[in-house]
Amino acid sequence: MSTLAPPPEIGPETATDPAASGAADLAAVAGKFPAGSITVEAATDQATWIVRRDVLFDLARELRDNPATQYDMMLDLCGVDYLDGGPDRAERFEAVYHLLSLPRNTRLRLKVPLTADDAVVPSLIPVWKAADWFERELWDMFGIRVEGHPNLRRLLCHEAFQGHPLRKDYDPARRWILTEDKIYKPHFNLPPQEDNRQDDLFERMTINIGPSHPAMHGTFRLMAVIDGETIVASDVEIGYLHRCFEKMSETHTWSQVIPYTDRLNYCSSFINNVGYCKTVEKLLGIEAPPRAVWARTILSEFSRIMDHCVCNGTTLVDSGGLTNFWYLFQPREEIYGLLEACCGARLTVSYGRIGGLAQDLPPDFMERSRRLLEIIPPFVDDSEKLVNRNRIWLDRSVGIAAISGAEAVNWGWTGPCLRASGVGYDVRRAHPYDLYDTVDWEVPVLFGGDVYDRFRIRMLEIRQSLSIIRQLLDRGMPEGPYIVDDPHVALPPKEACYTQMEAMIYHFKLIMDGIQVPPGETYQMVEGANGELGFYVISDGSGKPYRIKVRPPCFPIFSTFSRLINGGALSDAIVSLGGLNVIAGELER
Amino acid sequence: MTQPLAQPARTAPTGRPVLRTPHPTAPQPYRPGLAERLGLPLLSGLMVTMRHFLRNLFHPESRLTIEYPEKRRDYSHRFRGHHILTTRPDGSVRCVACFLCAQACPAECIHIEAGEHPDVNIEKYPVVYEIDMLRCVFCGYCVDACPEEAIIMSNNYDMAYFNREQSIVGKDDLMKPYTFDESLLGYRPRFPEEDAKRARMRRDAFDLVTAAKEAQEREERAAAH
Repeated sequence: MSTLAPPPEIGPETATDPAASGAADLAAVAGKFPAGSITVEAATDQATWIVRRDVLFDLARELRDNPATQYDMMLDLCGVDYLDGGPDRAERFEAVYHLLSLPRNTRLRLKVPLTADDAVVPSLIPVWKAADWFERELWDMFGIRVEGHPNLRRLLCHEAFQGHPLRKDYDPARRWILTEDKIYKPHFNLPPQEDNRQDDLFERMTINIGPSHPAMHGTFRLMAVIDGETIVASDVEIGYLHRCFEKMSETHTWSQVIPYTDRLNYCSSFINNVGYCKTVEKLLGIEAPPRAVWARTILSEFSRIMDHCVCNGTTLVDSGGLTNFWYLFQPREEIYGLLEACCGARLTVSYGRIGGLAQDLPPDFMERSRRLLEIIPPFVDDSEKLVNRNRIWLDRSVGIAAISGAEAVNWGWTGPCLRASGVGYDVRRAHPYDLYDTVDWEVPVLFGGDVYDRFRIRMLEIRQSLSIIRQLLDRGMPEGPYIVDDPHVALPPKEACYTQMEAMIYHFKLIMDGIQVPPGETYQMVEGANGELGFYVISDGSGKPYRIKVRPPCFPIFSTFSRLINGGALSDAIVSLGGLNVIAGELER
Repeated sequence: MTQPLAQPARTAPTGRPVLRTPHPTAPQPYRPGLAERLGLPLLSGLMVTMRHFLRNLFHPESRLTIEYPEKRRDYSHRFRGHHILTTRPDGSVRCVACFLCAQACPAECIHIEAGEHPDVNIEKYPVVYEIDMLRCVFCGYCVDACPEEAIIMSNNYDMAYFNREQSIVGKDDLMKPYTFDESLLGYRPRFPEEDAKRARMRRDAFDLVTAAKEAQEREERAAAH
């Protein structure tokens, strides 16, 4: 029987100071590599090493296996093109790896500089399986070849695409037409069937599910070889919803990116706003005022509830439990009402602003939130009563698409799916931000790692989120401004703008030139509804981002999909897809 | 009622995740008990369905569905809907063609062509002001950017077009509607007293669906008299 994890141990402070943890890591591994192959870069937010390419693979393996470092998860791989990076930079490209050590709770950033005519990195798939899709994306977007990758083809762009879109010399308006003859056709290397099954009746069949299929949540294409009802081999094709978020960000000002972030995980768009705004605030060195932080925490939790409701509701629809959909969608409808009263939109809220919020909270925010706390639990209870111990649902979900905690970590999983596999990593607890370290809440952990536990963990998290919100509401709404009082960051109030010349000038400057973010780079993460949502942002001091890399939580999760469904029944594949909570907007950016 | 935010945390943030390492290497799925294998909890699920069924049958007012388009959800006065170009008292457009909205628009959906205004005090006005509603993402940045309060939003979300040409809405169409009906306005520059007034109105009608139904009944009664 799965149980809740015991409350966290209160141990000594782990090395959360990046300089200290970086020095400790270096001391542990430096002796094994030639001098000069690792250079420590002075970065403020994370320990950062510049690594020579020839030692990268061995260093990665060492960092994972050395008991003093234990970097068991590769979070992200980001390419950067410094085409006009100045005379001091000899190499045009850089591959940036973000690593996370779960047992030590430290982070490390590895940068591998690459010259334009020799842009090759070794594949890290033998070390972290999560590298698979990230490396394909690197090749697709930057043309950095990955040596030793078993399947190095385009991931987000289509087959007829020419050039590499995130290179700085690629024109953002350039388009390519995909013709039918270029559409990707998979070739599965399968063992031959047994002799007695050469009959036509037992022939294996290759089927396509999607890209537009009601069972696929979003536009994914699943190609599967099936033998009867069993999936023998499968391949997933994504990129149908690729909107070049990262390229478009480079052509917009910092604040204009916010509506784009809404469309990442559109089921909980406010969390994306918060993540992005916090990243830019970190670069700017400012902090949102207490009122905004309070509202961000509450609305993030409401967004999380909404997202979990959608995910669980649709999972149950996929397995035939249609009634749950209605019970679970009503809380979402009510939460949309609250968000709409705050910012004027239900789905794509654009409510966060760099330095605070777009507008003040509505005067009846407290009452509405309290009312929501009353409305939501009965619906969640009803849904749990319907399915939690329901034999039909248990048969469909227990043990389906199961993955162990160690394997999930290696694949780069985060969020509820990882916590359902017995690894209690939650950004809100591990790296507390906003007000999460001032409230009393628990990280639910289950050990099944299957569809059923992914469903249950979301229900448990909804209750934790409600408890967080209740505590914050009891604390009272902090008085004060809802956005920083800095005319270089936040638009001046409209009244001042109409009457004062100075405010008017600031207003014009902010709209025309945008926020001037000092040069630098940073990585900031928040706990998105389906895992660690990270933004790796590089500024060159102009009014526009130089590079924004989103670390989408469902990207590594979905890259595991083939591994999860191979060998299972076709109908189980559909149920397991729902439980992963893959959101195409975020997956493909 | 306001308390300081910097309250001491109950558990000091340890910077340590709730982890049992090493990570589990094999999943331990839930093991259904005897009752579950016999399917007994199905009955409690059936009770839930029956409760909802009976309540909806005998108390139709507790239904959660709204019968759109006859009835509509009540949106707040911050709703970001179809744009409005506001006018001066003489009915001319208030916009001075400063291009800030076009600059602020992340979707680049605003097209302005400026012209010389006959009144020397006004300098410029938009000869052409078009918004491509199919490109627009309704983020409200144009309203934030406008220094003249010339562009605001309504709470109209009924935008359907037969072709793409229709979706490019010109100056005349943007100036025409809603301008004088206070209740149809949406997102616009902030006015605190307005906020408070609307919140009071909404507080009286907190349950939005019931309020809509009551309003309709009142109308029907008024029509009958």
